[in-house]
Amino acid sequence: MRDQVVARVIGGMLFPFIIIFALYVQAHGEIGPGGGFQAGVILACAFILYSLLNGEEATTSLLPPRLVDSAMALGVLLYVGVGIHGLAFGNGFLDYSALSPLHPGHAEVIGITLVEAGIGLTVASVMLTLYRKLFALEES
Amino acid sequence: MTDLLAQNDVFLINIALLAMVAIVALGTVLTRNLLASAMLLGVFGLLMATVWTNMFALDVSLTEAAIGAGISTLLILGTLSVTGIEERRSPPGRLPAAIIVAVTGTLLIYGTLDMPHFGDRNAPVQSHLSPQYLSQQVGKASAAASEHPSGNDFGGEVPNAVTAILADYRGYDTLFETTVVFAAGISVLLLLRREKPGGVSR
Repeated sequence: MRDQVVARVIGGMLFPFIIIFALYVQAHGEIGPGGGFQAGVILACAFILYSLLNGEEATTSLLPPRLVDSAMALGVLLYVGVGIHGLAFGNGFLDYSALSPLHPGHAEVIGITLVEAGIGLTVASVMLTLYRKLFALEES
Repeated sequence: MTDLLAQNDVFLINIALLAMVAIVALGTVLTRNLLASAMLLGVFGLLMATVWTNMFALDVSLTEAAIGAGISTLLILGTLSVTGIEERRSPPGRLPAAIIVAVTGTLLIYGTLDMPHFGDRNAPVQSHLSPQYLSQQVGKASAAASEHPSGNDFGGEVPNAVTAILADYRGYDTLFETTVVFAAGISVLLLLRREKPGGVSR
C-alpha cells in the first residue's frame, strides 16, 4: 500500500487520532462505555494501520517484538499484582480497598484503572502479535 | 403486538436495523468472492453495533464495533492475503445441513417466546438484579455499607455500572479472561515462531 499516496496520507493523518481515542476509551472505562479490552483492540488497530501503510519493518523498529512480547506478560502481571497487593494488606485477592484505605470510592477507581490498564496492555499486544504472525507467514 | 409497537420506538428502529443485518448476513454467505464477504462481515459488525446502541447497551456496542467491525475484519483480510480470495465450489447435497439449521433456528425462536419483552418493567431482571447492580452494592461486605450511608459503595465514583461489575464484582472472571487472551498470544508465538536461516530463533 506504500505506493498509494491518498491512502498513505489519510492513514497517516488518522493514526494519532486513533491512538488518542484508544487512550480516551482506556482512561474513561469507569465513567463512560469502554474499558481496557476495547481500548486495547483500538490501539492494536492503530498499529496495524501503521504497518499496512509503512511496512512491517517500520512497525518492528517502532515496536520491537521483544517489547510487545513482554507487554503481553506485563498486563497480566499488573492485574495479578493488584490482586496480590490486596492480599498482602490483609484483604481478599482482588479486593481494592487497601489501595486507599480511608476512601473506598477512591480505592475502587484506582483499582479499576490499574486493572483496566493491565487488560489494555495484554489485549493490544496480543492482537498486534496475532496480526504480525499472520502476515509473517505471507512474507516468508 | 400493536401496543408493543406503540410503546417501544426502540423496537421500530430495531426492525429496520435487523432487516439490514439479515440482508448483509445473506450477502456474506451467498457471495463467492471472499474479499467481498469479509467486507460485508465488517458491515455486519457495524450494523450490530448500531443495534446495541439503539438498545442502550453502549459497552456491548463499543466492543462490537472494535472487535466485530474492526479487528476481526482485519484478521480475516490478513488470512485472505495468505489463502486467496476465491471460494471453491462446495459439493451439492447440503439438504440435511439446511434442515438441521432450520430446526435449530425454529427452536431458538420458540424459546424466546417465553422471554419478557425488551424494556418490560415487570420482568424479573428489572425488579431483582438490575437495581442491585445499579446501586453498586453487589458482592460487598456489610462493613463497606456502613462507610457509605447513601447505600452506594463506590460513593458515585464509578458511574459506569458495567465496568464496576466487570472489574470489581467479577474481578476473577475478568482476570481469567485476560489470562485466556494472554494464553492465545503465547500459543501463537510458540506455534508460528520462525527460525532464521542462521538457526537462531526470533
